[in-house]
Amino acid sequence: MNLSLVVWRQKGAQTPGRFERYEAKDVSPDLSFLELLDVVNEGLITQGIEPIAFDHDCREGICGSCAMMINGLAHGPQPAVATCQLYLRHFKDGETITIEPWRAKPFPILRDLVVDRSAFDRIIQAGGYVSVNTGEAPEANSIPVPKKDADMAMDAAACIGCGACVAACPNASAMLFVAAKVAHLGRLPQGRVEAKQRVDQMVDAMDREGFGNCTNHYECMDACPKAIHVKAIAFMNREYRFPRRKPGT
Amino acid sequence: MPEARVPPGPLPQKWEACRASLKRLSPSDARRYRVLIVGTGLAGASAAATLGEQGFQVESFCFQDSARRAHSIAAQGGINAAKNYPKDGDSIERLFTDTIKGGDFRSREANVYRLAQVSNAIIDQCVAQGVPFAREYDGYLANRSFGGVKVRRTFYARGQTGQQLLLGAYQAMMRQVEAGRVRLHPRTEMLDLVVADGAAKGLVVRDLVSGAITTYGGDAVVLATGGYSTIYYLSTNAMGCNVTATYRAYRRGACFANPCFTQIHPTCIPVGHQHQSKLTLMSESLRNDGRIWVPKRKGDQRSPDQIPDGERDYYLERRYPSYGNLAPRDIASRAAKAVCDEGRGVGPGGQGVYLDFRDALGQLGRRTIEERYGNLFAMYHEITNEDAYAVPMRIYPAPHYVMGGLWVDYNLMSTIPGLFVIGEANFSDHGANRLGASALMQGLADGYFILPLTLTAHLAAHRPRQEGPEHPAFGDARRQVEERTRRLLAVRGKRTVDDFHRELGRLMWDACGMERSREGLTRARAEIPRIREAFWKDVTVLGSGEELNQALEKAGRVADFLEFAELVCQDALHREESCGGHFRVEHQTPDGEAKRDDAHFCYVAAWQFQGDGQPPVLHKEPLTFDAVPLTERSYK
Ligand SMILES: Cc1cc2nc3c(=O)[nH]c(=O)nc-3n(C[C@H](O)[C@H](O)[C@H](O)COP(=O)(O)OP(=O)(O)OC[C@H]3O[C@@H](n4cnc5c(N)ncnc54)[C@H](O)[C@@H]3O)c2cc1C
Ligand code: FES
Repeated sequence: MNLSLVVWRQKGAQTPGRFERYEAKDVSPDLSFLELLDVVNEGLITQGIEPIAFDHDCREGICGSCAMMINGLAHGPQPAVATCQLYLRHFKDGETITIEPWRAKPFPILRDLVVDRSAFDRIIQAGGYVSVNTGEAPEANSIPVPKKDADMAMDAAACIGCGACVAACPNASAMLFVAAKVAHLGRLPQGRVEAKQRVDQMVDAMDREGFGNCTNHYECMDACPKAIHVKAIAFMNREYRFPRRKPGT
Repeated sequence: MPEARVPPGPLPQKWEACRASLKRLSPSDARRYRVLIVGTGLAGASAAATLGEQGFQVESFCFQDSARRAHSIAAQGGINAAKNYPKDGDSIERLFTDTIKGGDFRSREANVYRLAQVSNAIIDQCVAQGVPFAREYDGYLANRSFGGVKVRRTFYARGQTGQQLLLGAYQAMMRQVEAGRVRLHPRTEMLDLVVADGAAKGLVVRDLVSGAITTYGGDAVVLATGGYSTIYYLSTNAMGCNVTATYRAYRRGACFANPCFTQIHPTCIPVGHQHQSKLTLMSESLRNDGRIWVPKRKGDQRSPDQIPDGERDYYLERRYPSYGNLAPRDIASRAAKAVCDEGRGVGPGGQGVYLDFRDALGQLGRRTIEERYGNLFAMYHEITNEDAYAVPMRIYPAPHYVMGGLWVDYNLMSTIPGLFVIGEANFSDHGANRLGASALMQGLADGYFILPLTLTAHLAAHRPRQEGPEHPAFGDARRQVEERTRRLLAVRGKRTVDDFHRELGRLMWDACGMERSREGLTRARAEIPRIREAFWKDVTVLGSGEELNQALEKAGRVADFLEFAELVCQDALHREESCGGHFRVEHQTPDGEAKRDDAHFCYVAAWQFQGDGQPPVLHKEPLTFDAVPLTERSYK
């Protein structure tokens, strides 16, 4: 099949970017989207044009590296997959595809499709963990966990930290990302002890990083490659509101 | 040969005795030492978290944009431990024995025993961190069985065990970042090791965003840089996996052990097209319910549902009646290759075998199968456009894991004082073949429970003293890296880096993959320098070194593969026996099984670099087996 790509090119964080058009001729519909970029890049290199920079690593939809807007949709048109799991058979022969980086203030562009997502690390750093030192743990089966709770924790824990939720949200909110961690740990007895403190600290960190508020568009859930449900946000809101933290503590 | 420093005494007491004798440091003393850890996978992140908790200053490096994206994240199937929750007779003893036998008697007994001993504490730790392991309806942890063993000892979190374990370790590390004891350096690649005054004292790294090449000094260096299966170009590993860190350490004097011991995983989705960039693993857990077969008749083109049972060859069940479809990886992979070589393979190019769920679907129903493997079936569908509920999956072996790595002693220290190596990057625990669900176990054993003690004891024996750029060894190493980077950019030839990588990969797959022969390896050893020369004459890397330049990153990694590949082939050539994943066609039993030569090759091959163009020196660490008698491995 033949495809036209309109790709955002930007040499560095401080340089202005623009769209460039590249043709991909005679590619197999069995290629993954990133393999399409590989093929285009090899072509560019042989023409002496610097290849398109994009983050990727596992190519199995689990590391959360790959991140791009494809025709205006985070990770493209297929539900519940990351860009690396998107295959060309979902596009039409002759189609023009627009590819852009995540666009959100807290994710500054570094080059082409590569953005800086370290804000997510700083949010986790603020409290997205259980405070247990190595060697302090009790016997694993000493606290039974209802299967239902463990399953719900796992649903939320599936987040790959790619940032699609932020890129898809009109407010660039990171609520789904934060809520996924709050719900993962908050649903387990091991995480309950610090639940209140965790949610407060993570939400504060989210605000500091400049992410927007949630105004219930639910675009995040549609864009999420792991189909994490906005129920997690409801869970987080409950944890955040009650009981209110006393000022200064 | 360097001393392995295995403590004296009976096997079960060695680690306890060793631990008791290791010097410790109070947090206030620990604060004065700086530890440089390269890698944030299970091994690196768990080590950074634990050393941070103990008070050390830790600098943590990875090339991804976040520590959480290390390749460990992709592990699917599970992690072993000898908890014996299902009460099916498991024990530390048994996990140890399985691992020794699974490794085809080419691992160090004392290390493996210790691994089995600490396995249970790993599960405790991970559960306490909030790792959402699968549970039974009674609320207790669930277990399943995994390739090459008959007991259920594998803990899992759906098909995302590596992700959940890594997030646990990453979060523990981020807690130490918040506490100010761990400093993160993501998007930073180690390009050389600095050895000053005979000890590992620092790193040369490149900031992958600005391109700046700088040095870091510390009291010790830990490499947790994972495996190098990407030397074959196509593998199940993440695209960024590479050998640079360990290979550069080898060039600085660390011995490289058993580099040819690579694992080819039997259940991967076959190559689909010429632009294939990587291969996708279908978790081994599928072999619990799927049956593997090919048509009995050569070139049988009928669709699988048209082939009656009598005309199917369930070759694993036939050849290994006792283990059947759960035969260990090396055996299952080779058996698949054998039937494909006979012309009985299925799918495009005849490079595939069926993994069929028809019977399991009939017996257990679609819901159960969906519950167990839903995400894997979905992934398979997305990649191949085939519905595995209706037609059998097609699978083929692919490079997956390396048992080889830098040589370490019992304390996980390499032959360079102060250089420690953990996780897949070292060689120690899996011998010539790794059993499923034991890499995650080893990475976390090393990082949470072993290294923090042995490294502390090493540091306690030395006064804290960090060298910096003023030390000549730092300046020299940095200049060498700068020069090499400049050279890569200066070639400006016509071929892309990937083009060379593919060429090397094909050669390695043919000559040093599932089957190796004297003739093939000799040819490869002659061929590799030719490709390397062509690379340095004709590769093209556009752009500059002072910016984010992914082609430059890749070029450096491929350049190292082009040197390291020779060592891999040399190791494979010298080992005139078959063992585990190393199958030399000259050494097989009449029915095609691997034939070990314990009289001559019961040792670890540790190679020492002697300079460019010089043959490396081979040191042999003899292996003795006191607890598990040396026997021929049999899964019949
Ligand atoms: C698809 C797949 C599934 C698997 N499933 C299982 C399973 O179910 N059970 C099991 O036990 N094992 C499994 N394995 C094997 C297991 O995942 C790995 O062996 C293990 O995770 C390796 O962990 P590690 O910490 O040693 O290294 P990795 O997780 O590979 O981490 C390497 C780290 O080193 C860094 N790094 C490397 N080089 C440099 C450099 N030069 N400079 C800076 N940083 C560097 C990387 O950034 C990364 O942070 C699987 C492997 C694959 C490929
Ligand atoms: S490359 Fe890892 S999620 Fe896409």
